[in-house]
Amino acid sequence: MLSMEKIYLAIALSPLAGSLIAGLFCRRLPRAAAHWVTIIGVGIAFGLSVLVLHDVLINKAPVYNQTLYTWAAVGSLVFEIGFLIDGLTAVMITVVTGVSLLVHIYTIGYMHDDPGYNRFFSYISLFTFAMLMLVMSNNFLQLFFGWEAVGLVSYLLIGFWFKRPTAIFANMKAFIVNRVGDFGFLLGIAAIAYYFGSMDYAAVFRQVPDLAGQNIMLFDGVQWSLITVICTLLFIGAMGKSAQVPLHVWLPDSMEGPTPISALIHAATMVTAGVFMVARMSPLFEYSEAALSFVLLIGAATAFFMGLIGIVQNDIKRVVAYSTLSQLGYMTVALGVSAYSVAIFHLMTHAFFKALLFLAAGSVIIGMHHEQDMRKMGGLRKFMPVTYWTCLIGSLALIGFPGFSGFYSKDLLIEAVHYSTIPGAGIAYWAVLSGVFVTALYSFRMLFIAFHGKPRFDQHTREHLHESPWVVTAPLILLAIPSVIIGGLSVELLLFGDYFNSSITVLPEHNVIAPLRDMYHGPFNFILHALGGPAIYLAAAGVFAAWYLYWKNPGLPDTFRQRLQWLYQVLLRKYGFDEFYQFVFAGGSKRLANRLWRTGDVLLVDGLIVNGSAKMVGFCSRIIRHLQTGYLFHYAFAMIIGLLALLSWVVWR
Amino acid sequence: MSAGWPLLSLLIWLPIVGGIVVLWLGERRQLMAKTAALLFAVLNFYLCIPLYCDFNNTTAAMQFVERYPWIESFNIYYHLGIDGIALPLIILTVLMTVLVVVAGWEVIQKNVAQYMAAFLIMEGLMIGVFAALDSILFYIFFEAMLIPMFIIIGIWGGANRVYATLKFFLYTFLGSVLMLVALIYMYSRSGGLDGGSFAILDFHYLQLSGVEQFWIFLAFLLAFGVKVPMWPVHTWLPDAHVEAPTGGSVILAAITLKIGGYGFLRFALPITPDASAQLVGWVIALSLIAVVYIGFVALAQRDMKKLIAYSSIAHMGFVTLGLFVAFAVATNNIADASQTALLGLQGAMVQMVSHGFVSAAMFLCVGVLYDRMHSREISDYGGVINTMPVFAAFMVLFSMANAGLPGTSGFVGEFMVILASFQANFWYAFLAATTLILGAAYTLWLLKRVLFGEIANERVGALQDIDRREFGVLGLLALGVIALGVWPQPLLDVMQPSVEQLVTHMLAGKL
Repeated sequence: MLSMEKIYLAIALSPLAGSLIAGLFCRRLPRAAAHWVTIIGVGIAFGLSVLVLHDVLINKAPVYNQTLYTWAAVGSLVFEIGFLIDGLTAVMITVVTGVSLLVHIYTIGYMHDDPGYNRFFSYISLFTFAMLMLVMSNNFLQLFFGWEAVGLVSYLLIGFWFKRPTAIFANMKAFIVNRVGDFGFLLGIAAIAYYFGSMDYAAVFRQVPDLAGQNIMLFDGVQWSLITVICTLLFIGAMGKSAQVPLHVWLPDSMEGPTPISALIHAATMVTAGVFMVARMSPLFEYSEAALSFVLLIGAATAFFMGLIGIVQNDIKRVVAYSTLSQLGYMTVALGVSAYSVAIFHLMTHAFFKALLFLAAGSVIIGMHHEQDMRKMGGLRKFMPVTYWTCLIGSLALIGFPGFSGFYSKDLLIEAVHYSTIPGAGIAYWAVLSGVFVTALYSFRMLFIAFHGKPRFDQHTREHLHESPWVVTAPLILLAIPSVIIGGLSVELLLFGDYFNSSITVLPEHNVIAPLRDMYHGPFNFILHALGGPAIYLAAAGVFAAWYLYWKNPGLPDTFRQRLQWLYQVLLRKYGFDEFYQFVFAGGSKRLANRLWRTGDVLLVDGLIVNGSAKMVGFCSRIIRHLQTGYLFHYAFAMIIGLLALLSWVVWR
Repeated sequence: MSAGWPLLSLLIWLPIVGGIVVLWLGERRQLMAKTAALLFAVLNFYLCIPLYCDFNNTTAAMQFVERYPWIESFNIYYHLGIDGIALPLIILTVLMTVLVVVAGWEVIQKNVAQYMAAFLIMEGLMIGVFAALDSILFYIFFEAMLIPMFIIIGIWGGANRVYATLKFFLYTFLGSVLMLVALIYMYSRSGGLDGGSFAILDFHYLQLSGVEQFWIFLAFLLAFGVKVPMWPVHTWLPDAHVEAPTGGSVILAAITLKIGGYGFLRFALPITPDASAQLVGWVIALSLIAVVYIGFVALAQRDMKKLIAYSSIAHMGFVTLGLFVAFAVATNNIADASQTALLGLQGAMVQMVSHGFVSAAMFLCVGVLYDRMHSREISDYGGVINTMPVFAAFMVLFSMANAGLPGTSGFVGEFMVILASFQANFWYAFLAATTLILGAAYTLWLLKRVLFGEIANERVGALQDIDRREFGVLGLLALGVIALGVWPQPLLDVMQPSVEQLVTHMLAGKL
């Protein structure tokens, strides 16, 4: 029997090994070798992750918390690299490696003709490694390492097609917007290093109750709770990574990257890192109601407003992207009401069905020869049956169709918000509830426009249109299965047992899981219970509206668009965030940069002081030069005047 | 094995002798001259192995000490010795010289022997600066160093090289003359002709009043602030970099800037701790201006070398911030202050070593492009990745290190300094951390405009990817950048006792 420590190490390192082999030798390695070596690497990681999950879930293995090596030690502050394996980590590594493995397989088909085939495999394996280091970390330093490393791979992958101007704009935007979040995150970590004197989770969390009452002063005379400041700073990091309003602008643009990574990075795993992080920090966030409230409101705004944009998008990937934003908002809302375990539960179910939806969209894109505009699709159901059915399953899971996995996570989430007493929960409840209608509307709008109705593509496309190869459809089917069943199977284990007790702390006054537990009597009963709540009817209304608007009366949306032109424009412009940022921040800093350079460096320092003093010397010397005429009588005259002056000074003194 | 060998003298004089040999071989025996230069550079690198292995990193005392009377009537000694602060910088110098010789191998067409000789002599002088324990010896090395650099820029430089060399020379010379006055003043304070001393370590324990410290500190601030360079005495650097040949930029950025930081560590902090504490607000303000203001200025650059030069200034802002920030912690809390000082000083040291690697690599990358296209204008490029994929991979890596990505060396120092400045004041950390955004913005924008996109013009389309020689140079730097980022502890181990002793000394003060 292998020791667990070696297993944990193997989970993290085997994707890295695959990535290094495929990446360093990407020009020499044949394509098959590149995909096999990375798939084997991630496959090993997945197999071992399942083993670990089994160990934690069934065998109730104790929490593993060990240091691998000391990265740096400065005075009393020690920075280490190490692993923390508990319930939260076990779920995360299984989801990450599982989705990653399927995406690896899918990529064989999706990137079949791409010249950067080997490079792509190297990147996604590197991503898997970075994400694993992030979720397995037992300290803030390594968390930040993984945090930035996934950002790097995201940057590389969004700009994977580096010839496209839109792609290389999008990847720079993604990195810089993420850096704005990381700016807060790093300050949060610095605060923890200062006030807690440690980077280790366990050591920090132990001290939280003692420091809960402490206030600090950032501005003169304004006292802020220390924990609130730290949590807010950390959450700013999460807002960047998990694309919460107003740092969400990079995620829709990230769709410029190849679809497999939209599924893996920008839907299932990386963007949920922020949600994971807040759940991991629950012992901190619990002690700040203000921070929780902030989290809650940001999440609610994201969930509702981003969903609305999804309704007006015509690019199939962008619909799914806005849906992802909205669902990330849902998770954040759950964090805000202290229902961390529900957030993680929704994160898990969402990982499966959203990866499925993205991969299905990718399958459509392959079939349509890289056409992403839904207005040029229609009737694809007949041509791509597997894609259609899996996409339907994904959409049903997303809107919370009773019994599907999204149903459990979303309904419990809404109930949790309902029971919460955190300030802002009332507004958030309405936001997530109306979000259900919006979700159903845009999901089925996409389904009806793309797969139903009359084909709107040309003859040439029709001739080549067929179902995708098995490497593409097999991952779809393998993701469709958990999208249906994982919710019902795991809801009791994860939420109502003591599974997350070792990783998540909830104060008694914030506990919204307890009333849920009392209410919950088995999956079937829960479905019956849901029939008494509004969410399920809102979802049905959304589907009905989509059916009526986009199937029954396809002309009707145009009428709406004309009647509500202003609303349509607002949504189409995405509330103007992009234009605003582009003008104020991107353009503003360029203008400021030029201004500073021209006046500061060129004009003042160099022009006035450096060259100015040189000119001054030149000027003086030009004047003084006139005195040196070379005539003896001039000098004699000057000497006499000088002597006279000296004498008169001596006399008149 | 090496016990009894005057290792430091060898390290200083071997390359200088080597430089003379190379000059003697001359331009007509070019290959021989080049080979000899490489041989001397590599030999010096080998000398570092016993230096590193025999270095005792459990003590703060000076090691490998050599001390012979030189000008006895003034008590001036030929006095060498190193501690954990000097050692990493010496190794960096030796390594960079090897890289510069290799990088200039085929590129320099005009007066190759003189070019190589200048770098070898420069190497000896720079090691002399780091190893000198007598302040007059230090001063001589410090000033002599200007000459080879002056020649390197003046002969192998670009079109506007005369302006740049004059600016470089006058700036640095003006700064250091005042330092000489300060050194002589301290000599006379320590007894002058009646047993006074020029030894740096004696200066550390020289009792100086607050006013004396104030003026001496200002002299140091000017001398070393110009070298670092700190805002607003930084404008010589972009011009010097732009005009210098690639090798000159590498040595300038990787080593000579570090001499400024080293000077603060060796002189200003231990000799004038109370003045440092008194003026800390100013130094921190200048450092933060360097980080924020220069970060913006870098964004406006259209010349690749200028952009990297400005980013160097911003990164060196972290060095001065780290060195001084501990004085800004409330002085009544000595435990807090010493933790801050440790973080700040170690962070500043790591930042210096890392910046040595990263800036050298960035300038070499620009050099690779310049050798092929003879242009430094960003707008002349675009889509380089299409024709030079291997080069692009290296450049992306070094740019990420420049933007402070964790896992690369660029992160370590900045991280520690930000942590340290947080302990002094939230807003210091806030302003320093803006580098996360600004650094990413100017670096990635450079990448976007130079590397990515469609091939911009035929000349980019005709580019050849890097050859083995260039691959070797960049590969070695890449290994250094990643190794230091993944595991900086070995470097910290070397410095720790010396830094700890310095922290105790400087926080105790002299008043």
